[in-house]
Amino acid sequence: MRVLAAMSGGVDSAVAAALAVEAGHDVVGVHMALSRNRDQFRTGSRGCCSIEDAGDARRAADVLGIPYYVWDLSETFEETVVADFLSEYSAGRTPNPCVRCNEHIKFTALLDKATALGFDAVATGHYARIEDGPDGPELHRSPNDAKDQSYVLAVMGPERLARSVFPLGRFATKDEVRAEAERRGLSVSAKPDSYDICFVADGDTRGFLRDRLGEKPGEVVDTDGTVVGEHRGAFAYTIGQRKGLGLGRPAPDGRPRYVVDVDTESNTVVVGPSELLSVDRIDASSAVWLVAAPQEWTDVTVQVRAHGRAVPAQVRAVSDGGGPAMEVRLGEHLRGIASGQSIVVYRGTRVLGQGTVSGAHRADVPVAAQVGATAAHA
Amino acid sequence: MTVTTSPDPGAYLDHAATTPMSPAALEAFVSAAGRTGNASSLHSAGRAARRAVEESREAAAAALGARPSEVIFTAGGTESDNLAVKGIFWGRRSQDSRRRRVLVSAVEHHAVLDPAFWLAGHAGAEITLLPVDAEGRLDLDALRAELAAHADEIALVSVMWANNEVGTVQPVRDVVRLAHQHGVPVHTDAIQAVGQVEVDFAASGVDAMTVTGHKIGGPVGVGALLARRDLALEAVSHGGGQERGVRSGTLDVPAIRAFSVALTDAVGRREEHAARLAALRDTLVDGVRRVAPQAVLRGPDPASSTPDGVPDRLPANAHFTFPGAEGDSLLYLLDSAGVQASTGSACQAGVPQPSHVLLATGVEEADARGALRFSLGATSTAQDVEALLDALPGVVERARAAGLVSARQGGAA
Repeated sequence: MRVLAAMSGGVDSAVAAALAVEAGHDVVGVHMALSRNRDQFRTGSRGCCSIEDAGDARRAADVLGIPYYVWDLSETFEETVVADFLSEYSAGRTPNPCVRCNEHIKFTALLDKATALGFDAVATGHYARIEDGPDGPELHRSPNDAKDQSYVLAVMGPERLARSVFPLGRFATKDEVRAEAERRGLSVSAKPDSYDICFVADGDTRGFLRDRLGEKPGEVVDTDGTVVGEHRGAFAYTIGQRKGLGLGRPAPDGRPRYVVDVDTESNTVVVGPSELLSVDRIDASSAVWLVAAPQEWTDVTVQVRAHGRAVPAQVRAVSDGGGPAMEVRLGEHLRGIASGQSIVVYRGTRVLGQGTVSGAHRADVPVAAQVGATAAHA
Repeated sequence: MTVTTSPDPGAYLDHAATTPMSPAALEAFVSAAGRTGNASSLHSAGRAARRAVEESREAAAAALGARPSEVIFTAGGTESDNLAVKGIFWGRRSQDSRRRRVLVSAVEHHAVLDPAFWLAGHAGAEITLLPVDAEGRLDLDALRAELAAHADEIALVSVMWANNEVGTVQPVRDVVRLAHQHGVPVHTDAIQAVGQVEVDFAASGVDAMTVTGHKIGGPVGVGALLARRDLALEAVSHGGGQERGVRSGTLDVPAIRAFSVALTDAVGRREEHAARLAALRDTLVDGVRRVAPQAVLRGPDPASSTPDGVPDRLPANAHFTFPGAEGDSLLYLLDSAGVQASTGSACQAGVPQPSHVLLATGVEEADARGALRFSLGATSTAQDVEALLDALPGVVERARAAGLVSARQGGAA
């Protein structure tokens, strides 16, 4: 197969490329230039994809003896991933840009360009497994629990899955991957992992949002409407957030307060006790299924955070005004589910589908009386 | 000892980026590298090294129509351009503090533009970009107007002898005539012109001229700035005071030897070399037009020349844009077919930018993305051109398909 190996300059994608070469594929390495932000061209940034990273990827390609190019996807990245990030926060929702990057960049822009240029598949250093099932390729969790990335990959859908390769699928630990890198003389074996959001170089997401969306001072109120503090922009707050509220005085009952609602129309942040965060019903839109969409309630587990626990639930496919959607009945209460988050449906280690949270509530309380996590998906 | 050098196998069509060292230059380099001596030392070993340098200087001067005392050896074209732009700016300004303006053509290489803009950011310079026409030729009326309006404030004018991307040969003598009427010195980057068109320092009248080794069969890492003795020129790099005190540093004897051999050969064989490459280039251009009819030739008409017979376009240069295709797709597809060409765009931190040269000639940004420059050299053959023409139709088709994909996603048009 002709395989395009996406190489970020990190150890995971370098080893993935190495394994693709050893599997006998005809491999070409590509580093995606995604940033138009000069700050990120400094070395040592926390995010990804500085010049140093491009150089590391080039050296890895040299060691593997494969051609190497840098492709500029920065315009598409800005128009999809960054734009979505900003518009979701503006609307009071909580986006996951890594999901959007996989959706729009790695497994669309990059994959489609690769296909047009004659490649059969894109290989990445994601921790996930593809298994050949009776109905085609299946996406499964990686045995590496701590690093499993099936959650951010679930958005890709079956057609793209069929054109993807995850060579790191069998590794249970990062140490094994680093050992593989060392064995092959890849100098990135000791390189630290990048973390946080790749396009916020200094890790200050709130600062980034303020730069791009401006400061919009407003009030923090409790569930009675009593003003208890101020904020500089409702968009910077997430449902379930406890830290960084900057409230002058404690709640009357002395218990911690959490963000239970973000109303960007009135630019108000509502805080309340943790019980108000509790939900057991989730609606999600833009559903993508890797199996036939379940028309009846089906037993599954669901995961709502990138590194959260999957909880037992039941799911069924529905359609909302905007297309395929899903309804989820949780087997236990969860707290702090924000619209915009990605929800992934599993059966065992297998990914069945994914959706974007459009609402969450408690089944035993009338919706109108609820506060929290009901920012409507416009 | 016979040494042969050749570019990588496959069709190498990027001689404007760099070209193989000639066997004679390589031999001169290796034999000089086997000897030891600092040309600044006063004892025998030093004097022997010094002699090698001075003989090289005389040969270089003779090849370029200059006096030996006008030749300053440097570590290459970029250093020479920096020395010219900064050194002349500082020299002229210390003579008269009103002289803050620097006039450069809009199509200069970054090695001229970037020092100029650095001076603007750090030394109070004011940069004027002189416009060019659709073929990349300097607008002389714009220069005339600037000179008339601001002569007393202008530190220097810098206009390249020939453009590295689209091959435009500039009206250097006219630039000199206009600038000298107002007492303003002229620098020209002649890197691409040497060995292809006639370059004579004295006859041109320019005050300073950049040349480099590795575009003409010499080594990378050596070049020269030719500068009139009476030109106000401050040093950029200070130290032992070598090269008239304007360019300190131990002289690289092997590189200088090889450079002078390459220069002498390049200038000596220029007419036949230029004729051979022009014919090969014309075959390439006709071929591209035939196999990729949507391709647009950028730069001057290869067949046109000035009344006194100087070609309007470098004989070894061809440049096309391919609508609907992106440079990185074209580059990858050609490279994997064994054909090596340049997208001609500068790389800013690994992210290719559309060429400022194309944009200055009025090419739309979307069209400027799908650019390819093909440049020939001493080792180029008809087989290289055939390899390109064989690969190109498939390459363009796939690149346009990939470009459509990007356009649908709302990214690059």
